[in-house]
Order: sequence, then structure tokens, then C-alpha cells
Amino acid sequence: MRLELRGITKRFGALVANDHIDLTVEPGEIHCLLGENGAGKSTLMNVLYGLYEADEGEILLDDEVQHFAGPGDAMAAGIGMVHQHFMLVPVFSVAENVMLGHEPGSGGVLDVESARRQVREISERFGFHLDPDALIEDLPVGVQQRVEIIKALSRNADVLVFDEPTAVLTPQETDELMAIMRQLRDSGASIVFITHKLREVREVADRITVVRHGKVVGEASPTASDADLASLMVGRAVELTVHKDEPRYSTGLLRVSGLQVVDDAGAVVVDDVSFEVRGGEVLAVAGVQGNGQTELTEALLGLQDDVSGSITLDGEELTGRSVRKVLDRGVGFVPEDRTHDGLVGEFTIAENLMLDRSDGPPFVRSGALQLAYRDDFARSAVAEYDVRTLGIDTPVGRLSGGNQQKVVLARELKRNLRLFVAAQPTRGVDVGSIEFIHKQIVATRDAGVPVVVVSTELDEATALADRIMVMYRGRVVGIVPSTTPRDTLGLMMAGIPPVEHGGEAA
Amino acid sequence: MSHQSQEPTPEPGPEKEPGLSEELEQEVARESGAPAGLDAGEDTADRLAHALQQTMSHPWTVAAGAILLAVLVGSVMIAFTDERVTSAAGYFFARPGDLFTALGDSIGGAYSALFRGAVFNPRADGFAAQIRPLTETFNYATPLIAAGLGVALAFRAGLLNIGGQGQMLIAASAAGWVGFGVTGLPFGVHTLLAVAAGIAGGAVWAGIAGLLKARTGAHEVIVTIMLNWIAFYLVAYLLATPGLLQAPGSSNPKAPPTPASAQLPGLLGERYNLHWGFVLALAAVVFVWWLLNRSSQGFAFRAVGENPRAARVAGIDVPWTTVKVMLVAGGLVGIAGASQVLGQVTTGFGGDIDAGIGFDAITVALLGGSNPWGVLAAGILFGAFKAGGTAMQASEGVPNDIVLVVQSLIVLFIAAPPLVRAIFRLPDPDRRRTPREARKARKEAA
Amino acid sequence: MSAAVEAPDMPGTPSDGVEKRQVTQVGWKAAGGLIVIAALFALLLVAAPRDGATKFALSRGSDALQIPLLEIPAMPLAWSCLVLMALIAAISVARTLANRTTSIWAIAAFGALFLVGFLAWAGAGSSGTLSIVSLLSGSLLGAVPLIYGSLSGVIGERSGVINIAIEGQMLAAAFTAAIAGSVTGSPFAGLFAAVLAGMLVALVLALFTVTHRVNQIIVGVVLNVLVLGLTSFFYTQVLVPNAATLNTAPRFGSWTIPLLSDIPVIGPVLFDQAPLIYLMYLVVAGVSFALYRTRWGLRLRAVGEHPKAADTVGVNVERTRYLALLIGGACAGLGGAFYTTVAIDKFGLNMTAGAGFIALAAMIFGKWDPVRAALAGLLFGFASNLQNVLSVVGSPVPSQFMLMVPYVVTLFAVAGLVGRSRPPAANGQPYVKG
Repeated sequence: MRLELRGITKRFGALVANDHIDLTVEPGEIHCLLGENGAGKSTLMNVLYGLYEADEGEILLDDEVQHFAGPGDAMAAGIGMVHQHFMLVPVFSVAENVMLGHEPGSGGVLDVESARRQVREISERFGFHLDPDALIEDLPVGVQQRVEIIKALSRNADVLVFDEPTAVLTPQETDELMAIMRQLRDSGASIVFITHKLREVREVADRITVVRHGKVVGEASPTASDADLASLMVGRAVELTVHKDEPRYSTGLLRVSGLQVVDDAGAVVVDDVSFEVRGGEVLAVAGVQGNGQTELTEALLGLQDDVSGSITLDGEELTGRSVRKVLDRGVGFVPEDRTHDGLVGEFTIAENLMLDRSDGPPFVRSGALQLAYRDDFARSAVAEYDVRTLGIDTPVGRLSGGNQQKVVLARELKRNLRLFVAAQPTRGVDVGSIEFIHKQIVATRDAGVPVVVVSTELDEATALADRIMVMYRGRVVGIVPSTTPRDTLGLMMAGIPPVEHGGEAA
Repeated sequence: MSHQSQEPTPEPGPEKEPGLSEELEQEVARESGAPAGLDAGEDTADRLAHALQQTMSHPWTVAAGAILLAVLVGSVMIAFTDERVTSAAGYFFARPGDLFTALGDSIGGAYSALFRGAVFNPRADGFAAQIRPLTETFNYATPLIAAGLGVALAFRAGLLNIGGQGQMLIAASAAGWVGFGVTGLPFGVHTLLAVAAGIAGGAVWAGIAGLLKARTGAHEVIVTIMLNWIAFYLVAYLLATPGLLQAPGSSNPKAPPTPASAQLPGLLGERYNLHWGFVLALAAVVFVWWLLNRSSQGFAFRAVGENPRAARVAGIDVPWTTVKVMLVAGGLVGIAGASQVLGQVTTGFGGDIDAGIGFDAITVALLGGSNPWGVLAAGILFGAFKAGGTAMQASEGVPNDIVLVVQSLIVLFIAAPPLVRAIFRLPDPDRRRTPREARKARKEAA
Repeated sequence: MSAAVEAPDMPGTPSDGVEKRQVTQVGWKAAGGLIVIAALFALLLVAAPRDGATKFALSRGSDALQIPLLEIPAMPLAWSCLVLMALIAAISVARTLANRTTSIWAIAAFGALFLVGFLAWAGAGSSGTLSIVSLLSGSLLGAVPLIYGSLSGVIGERSGVINIAIEGQMLAAAFTAAIAGSVTGSPFAGLFAAVLAGMLVALVLALFTVTHRVNQIIVGVVLNVLVLGLTSFFYTQVLVPNAATLNTAPRFGSWTIPLLSDIPVIGPVLFDQAPLIYLMYLVVAGVSFALYRTRWGLRLRAVGEHPKAADTVGVNVERTRYLALLIGGACAGLGGAFYTTVAIDKFGLNMTAGAGFIALAAMIFGKWDPVRAALAGLLFGFASNLQNVLSVVGSPVPSQFMLMVPYVVTLFAVAGLVGRSRPPAANGQPYVKG
């Protein structure tokens, strides 16, 4: 089925998220929609899927104008979507999730057996091996994504939209997904692939449309270079490398040994992890999302409850201490999810800049807030960290992702640090801010602080790291130099230790 | 994002960095209700907090509109149940004038009685007597303000304290028990001790809810509702049991009178009922304002209320803060309980000593936008309703329950600003910035 | 209260090194709770022993099958019960040590033993008899509004809308049922009006919470007071002056079901009741079936767990929630009708007196499941009724403490001491598209 978007415009108040976007996807082609975070890609797809109503423009399927009042209409017209955040009910079974919305059965009574049959049928066609009665919450994310695909296919979708589908996958799983997408294309489906990852685009796309600030800024061929694609996406030349010198070690030392973290459900999420980070070097923790990296960083800060083993900073034990005490020992922390864990959205920039020092000098004296000091501090931090805002009294929730992250960074780096832990420091951040944040991380390293950076983006990990530690299912697969080949790292992310395939352990 | 290519292509176009002005425009745009970070999926927890936020804060125009609407509905109820009106309506086509006269008499009579009972009574002798209703209003407002602060403070920390009733009952019992149970203390000391007991009683009862929330994650709404009923039956038992709270020699479930040494003394002399509890409530307003806006503890309360996860990452002990919030909130409600026993009902209290103030406090906190000064104003308004409602019932025979109706309608209307705006055609503040203004702001910043 | 017990296979590190390990835990809550209750009961028996025998009546005078009065020496019976209770507690401890859970049947048996033992102790030496039939039948009647009310909560909350307004729905229903019944002279008309009133309150709740996305708890609390104010106002202004025409409602008589009602003990309890009670059996079964086996139920639960997922497959979230609240309102309406079409023939001020909150408690205790909630409603109905029966035999327990039981039990339940109850994931959260 041929999909055409004509002049789609979507506004939120004064903000134009989509500005007269035109897009055509032919049957049997994979059309890539490439753009930065916040470029308006997802808004466009939500319009296509009937979740938002466009202010202007029209959607055509096989040259017929469509009017979608909701996702139900879009699906009925043959559009299927694999959502970035899976749209699956965790406590439902696979079959229940697949049948939801178009349930088989008569008189309103469910026919679960025919739903099971349908799941088995489609999963056999693609070699998925899915148990229709498994509960979603018990399935790994990669499998959950397949349920999403089955959901779309069970409705005979001819147009399939994949919204940032690779964020949660290992390189190997990503390859498998690409194969599935090609298989679907070859069977005649029109595929829209939304991403900001250049490598994937060049690998799988038949055509590329680049979106920036809500506008289509151009088309590109899959043979274009990374640099060309990046500059088209960002709108200027992009510094694609991180410049850093050889590490100059200081006396600082983080030593983690035999660390184990057990989550609320009783699963061992960090399993016998040991490593050292010296002052002046960056250790990057790589791995697919959900392999214990989050819990590892949280354990470093004292946020996990069930922790055993030992974490010492400059010889001082940190395990078992409260978050307050750990912060006071000079640990800086950039959480993975800044809107939930890093910032209080309704608080002003100035208030957020004192968030983790709200219990004593210099921001608090004898129980009372020192407002004048706070505001002076905030003004200088905003200037120094290039936070673009109307003023320090702006609620931080109104800033863009990049500016929010700069506020977090300013708050943490303007303390006297002895250890800096940054989890996914550039997730959901524009390219300009990414460059700034990377420079700040390298500057912190050069100041002699041990730095731990968690990143699921292999490119970021290799660019920032002096050494890379790969985690899989809570364990350390290996600690290798940052020059290790990408393929080796990819296999390590799937749990295969470096020695077994000729890699080099450090 | 890739870091591999070694030769960045020079950019020919004029567009360089994502410009400052552009980001500011986005910031302004976000102010007008656009989702923050266009591609970011907003979490439902945030939405919940946001919905609560919206319910809590509202422009005064909406509040005024809500009050007006609620009073209108009240008028209709008064008119339709007034026999003069219904009988005049029976012969409406014969003499339509009668209906309007009857309507005017009925509604006008009721609301002028309300005014005479709440603010100023021109029919009384002398200014001192004429102004007496206003002091009654302050008197009724006293527990409303204190308890309203207790609810508002908890709101600000993200907790819905539905447990005002139970906290007041326990506080009143504690204050009452110290009042008549402890003897031989000098005036002043005895009062202070009784007030302190009330504060402690309220704090403990609310603290149970805080502790359960902190330790087990039990939802404070369910817990406080259950604690209300437990307190209700507990106090009923205490009041019906000789040797505990029951007045000696009595078989009624009623406590002995509060001795003079423990009473809150009159504020304006014998002529008025207004007592020092009002001053206590005013002091509580100032205290809560300072706590929330100027103290590090209040900063922690608000941080936990807005985003407990971020608060935890920032080293704030969230469970302990929850307990502290509930202790302070319960203490504030405790002031209301103590003021009831030591100032309002000094002849011996029964199981209804809370007088529905636990619920009223929720409406006061909502109308007051969870802000201490707003709570003060809302408390005085509802105090006036209560004082006036009593007068209305006495002189016009309109049941006092109308006040409950008006009060709950006010809260409903306030909670749904779009409804009020639609009715009064008020502008939507979320849309107050036009693109033109956004450009202006941009220019100023550049 | 709980201790981590590590699985025995834990230390062995698998050589493939990929499987995530699981450290399972069996909590001490169940075993600990049983021990505490058994110990408290033992303390009661030791501290306050009572003489004489307790008389249990297992049939009514009018029953076809007469069972002789059971007169059992109180303390021996109580002690025997305690011994058996201790045995069950010990088994529970042994199972917990072996990292196995305690079966729900063992806990139920424990509860039943406790009850018999407690009744024996409380009724000891009294000249009155403990009529088991009237105890159970009174419990069932007391549970009717609780069960209907809890269904209102279950249906609403399964769709993601917290319903604190059950009390208001029932009070409004009782009020309208009294008027409609009085005016028409038919209890069926009263029932119909009650259902409409329950739905009307639900509609207001839906309007504010679903359409305007106002905080659901606040709307619920306010609606309760609004209904209380309205019914009290109109009661004083309209019903009291016109009591003969507007507040003299006809009541349903009992419909005796042949044969079934002749079953000893449970026959008269279950099958000699007003039609509203028979309807309740059907409604509980129907709601349970609809929730788990029908398209409507699947969509409703999806909306309550993950509204966006439901939206993206074309389920209309707002319409689903409206419908759920209205059906729930109808259920609560039936519960409210009980007051003025079955229990008594006129409306009284605030006559639901907190039943809506016990219904809420039953819903939570029943883990948002219709059948479990109904059972919890029966339990709470029993606790309230026990107090009436005990006062007949002159029990030493103050009535206030018996009345407190449902609330205390719920407090323990939400604190996770009686098994963790997990509400629907999207409960309380307004849905915003996109």
C-alpha cells in the first residue's frame, strides 16, 4: 500500500512540531525517517496513527484521503505501529495482548483459543517461537518487541511503522530485526523506520528523509556518508569525535569488588561485579539496556536496598551508607532518567541547582534557605554551563532535554568531586548539547576524578572511554581497551567473553 | 550519533548552532502547555502529579466564579423547597408577580440572614453587638484554618490527608483528657499543656498513616480513611466508658466540661466568643508559610511532593520525610481539635466534636490553592458560611445542610476550571501567550 | 517481618554464566500472623476464663428439619480450638522454614477455628442461645450493601478510576428508592430509581474525573459530602413534612425457594431472602464472568492497566471508563436500594453510615476481584453482625471494637501484612491522549 503524507502541520500552542511535512512511502520499500531527538518524528507518526489530529495537511493511502479519528481507524486502514515504548499490557498474556481491540468470539464472549492459534501461526511464519500464554511482564524486551510486531501483523497491516525500535536491542538482535524488516518489505509491505542512528539507516533504508525542527530538510541516499547525514540532521557540521589526551592518573581510586544487587522481586541484577577506576580515567560500562548497568550505578550512590560486596572510594567503604552520606563523600551522579530521577520539573532552575545540597551550608544555614546565595550560584552556573533560558526562576520542566541535562551536570560538577558517575548522559539530548556534555566529562577526567559512564550506545562508549566494561545479565563479560573492535564488543554485549573469539582481555 | 567519521563536512548554510532565540521560543511554547520534549513519552506518574497540581492551583477568577455558581445552585435549592415559592408557582399564570416576590423573599431572606449571621447584623443594638457575627465567623474559621493548613501542607508534599476527622477526634480527646484529667496546674500552663497534647494526638494519628506509607507503601488515602473510622469507634468507646473519657456520674457518651484553667481565653472579652485559638491559627499560617518557602525542611517536603524519585537521588530520605510531613500535618489538624475542646465546646464534648471539619479542611485547602495565605482566606470564607448557616437555619428555617452542598459544589467547580471558564467565558490562562508575545519575549532576551 | 531465604541452588555458579539468578523469599507474614493471633487468643483464655456452657442453635423454630440445641462446655471447646489453631500455626512455621508458602485453606481453617473458639468463649454461661442461622443470615443481609458497593469499586477501579464515592452512590440510591417506592407503592420502582440515582452520581464522577481529569480521590470525597448535604437538606425540607406520601416505602418480602431453603443451616440463610439478595448472587457471578471472559472485560482491564496500549489498538479509553463507572454506579444503586426496599421502610439521615467505606475496604481486601471482594464483604458483614449477636448473649467485648474490625483488617491488608494487594496499574491516573 502506498502511503503519502501531504503538508502535515501540527502545533502545540505556539510550538510548531511538524511544519508542512511531505512524505511518500512506496510498497516494498523501507523508508527511513531520520532526525534528532525532538525533531518531530514521533509527533508525525502519532498524527499518522490517529493519536494526534493534524492542524493542516492530509494522509493518503493508495491515493485516497484518510480521516483518522483515532488509532482504531488507522489500524482499520492498514497501518500498524511498533512503538518505541511497547504498547503491551504487562499483566496480560501474549494472546490477550494480540487480540485486544479485535477480539475473536461471538456475543462478546472471548474465544481465546483462536487468538492463541493466530499467535502461533504468525510466530511460526517468522520463526519467533512465542508461547501465546506467557505473560508479557515475564518476557525479555527483545521478545516483547516481537509481540508488538505480531500485534501489527495480526491486523493485516500493509504499512508498518517502526518507532526507534533498536534502542533496547543488542547489536545481534538489531541485525535480526533488520532481517525481519527486509522480509516484510519483500512481502510487499511499506515500512517507515524512524531512528536517529546513522549506521542503521545506511544498513537498511531504501530511501531516507531527514527531519529537523519539524521540517523536512532533505532526502538522502543510503550511500551518503555519516558526516553528510549528520550535518543534514543537525543543520551544521558536527564534531563526530571526542578529543582527549592520554590519561594522567591521579591518586583517586574507586574499587568495586564482589558487588551483588538483588531487586525487589528477588532477582540478582548485579552479580559478582568487580572493577577499579583510577583517578583521571573514564571507565565506560557498555551493554544492552537492562543488564544491570542501572542497578550498578544506583548501588554506587546507595540507592539500592539489597547490596552486598564492597565499594570503596579512596579506601573508604561506601556500601551501606545513605545516599546523603555518599553524596557528602564527593560522589557526583547523573541519573539515567533525568526527568524522573534528576530534576524536579516544577522547581525552578535555581531550586534544582541546590537539590542535592538542601540540608546544610552553603545553601542552608540554621534550617533556613539562603536565597541570595542560591540565586548568585544559579546565575553563575547558568552562564558557565551555557543553559539557555529566560532566567533562573524558570521551572526546569520547561527547558529542552539538552538544557535540562546541563542543569544536572552543573549541579553535580560544581561540587568538589572525588568520583563522577554518569548514566546515559546524552540520552534524548540534541547534538549541540551532546558535544558540550562530552567535553565536560572529559574535563572532569582530566581534573583527576575517576569517571564511570554508562552508555548503551556503543559509539558513545568507545568515544569517551579509556577502558570499556561490558555487562550482560548482571555480570561483567570483560573489561577491554576502548580500541577493541566493534564486532568483539557486540558479541560481548550478547554475553560471549572476549577470549572465546580472539578478543583481548585487559 | 556516530563518532567515527574523521572529516566533518563544512556547513554552507547560514544556520549555525540551534540558536538561543530558538530555544527560548521553545521554552515559551512549553509554557503554553505543549509536551516537554516533543518525542519524549510523558510518564503517567508525572501526569498524576500534574493533575493534582492543576487541582491545587487556580487563578482567583476561577475561585470567584466557582463560589458564585455554588451560591446560585444553593439559591435554587432554597427557592424550590420554600412553600411560599411552590404555592406561588401553582398560580403563576394568574399572578406571575407573586412568584417573583416569593422567590425574592425566599432567597433574599436566606442570604441576608446568612450575611447577618456571618458579618454584620444591623438589627442588633450598638456597634459592638452588630459586629459580633464577624467574630463568630473568625471563631468558626479557627479550626478550619488550622486543619486546612494540615491538609494543604500534606498536599504540597504529595500526600492526600483525608484523615482530618480521625486526627481531630484523637487530638480533641487528648486535649480534653489533659484538660479535665490533669488538675492543679496554673492557668496558662494548663492551657499550653492541653494544646500540646492535642497537637501530639493529631500528630500521632497522622503519623501512623505516614509510617505505614513510608514502611509499606500503603496508600495514605485508604489508610487515613480507615483510621478515621477506627478513631471514631475508639473515641466512642472512650466516651462511653467510665473512668476513661466519660463524665463521672453520666451515662451519656460525653466528656466532662473543660475546666477554666485549661480553656483558651477570650480574645475580645466576655462579650464575644472569639478565643485565643484564632491567634494560634494565625500563627500557624505564618509558620507554615515560613516552613514551606524559607526552610530547608519545607524544601525537602516540596521536593518529595513534586518528584519523590528525584528527591531520593538527591539524598533526601523520602520515607522519613513522609513521616515528618504527616506528623506536622497531624499536629496542625491537632490545633483544630484542641481549639474545639478548649475554646469552642467547653461544656464537655461528644463523639461529634470534629463537626465535619476534617472534610471541610480538604475544601479549605483546595479553595486556598494549598497556599497558607489562601487557606487563611478560604478558612474565613467557610467560617462565614458556617456562622451564617446557623443563623439562616434559626431565622429562616433553611436547613444548615445547604452549607455542605454549597461548599462541596465550590470545590467541584474549582477542581474543573474549564467548566467554570466555559460558563463565565473567562480566558484560558494556559493560552495567554500568543506567538506574538513569544517573539517579544525572545527579542527581550536576545 | 520478612526474611530472605536463599534458594539452595544459589552458590553453584553455572559455567555458561548467562542465566540471571533468582533469590526467592517466603515471607514470615503468614506464619507470624497465625502465631500472633493464636497467642493473643491463648492470652484471652488464660486472662479471662469464663464458666459454663455455650448454647448453639443450628435451626430456626419454623424450619422443616429441626436440629437439637447444641450445649457445649465453653472452655474445653475454646481450648480445643486453640490447640488446633496452634497446630496449624506450627505447620505454617515449618513450611516457611522449608521455603514453602502456607496454603490459603490452612489459613481459612485457622480462621474458622478461631471463630468457633471465640464464640464459645463469648457466649459462655449465658442464658441466651447463639443462633447460627440468624448470625449467618444477619451477616448476609449486612453484607448486601457492602458487596454491591464493592462491585461498584471493582468495576470502576479495574478501568482505572478510583471510586471513593461508593458511599455517596448508595446514599443517593437509598434516598431515591424511598421516594420512588413511596410514590408508586412498588419496591421494584424503588429499585429502578435507586439504580438511576447510583448511575447519576457515577456520571458526575465520570464527568469530572474522566472528561475534566480532576483528581479522582478529591472528586470522590467531595461527592460523598455533596450527596450527604443534598439528601439531608431535602430530607429535612421535603421528606419530613410529607412523610406519609414521600417516605413510607414498600418493602420486598422474602421469596422462599422450595427445596433449597430446606437445606439445614445454609438453606434458610441463602434461599429464604428478598429478591435483591438473589439478584446479588447473579450480579457477582455475572460481573466476574464479564470481567474475565468477555470482550468488554478484556478491554476494561486493559484500560485500567495500560490505557495507552488500549488506545493504540482502537479501544476508546474515555468511553470504556464512562461505561464502567455507570455500570458500577448501577451496582452501588442496588446496594443503596437495600436500605429502603429491604432493610427498613423509610429513609433516614445519613443512613448508609460508612457502609460505602467498608465496601471500599472489601474491594481492597478482595484484591480488585469481584468474587474475592464479595467474600470480603461477607466477612465484614459477619464482623458487624457478630456484634449484634454477641450483645444478645451478653458478650464482654465492647461493641465499638467489633465495629472497628473491618477497618483494622483493611489497614493490615493495605500495609501488606495480609498478602500484598496490587491495584490496577493505571488506577487513579487520568488518561491524556498522545
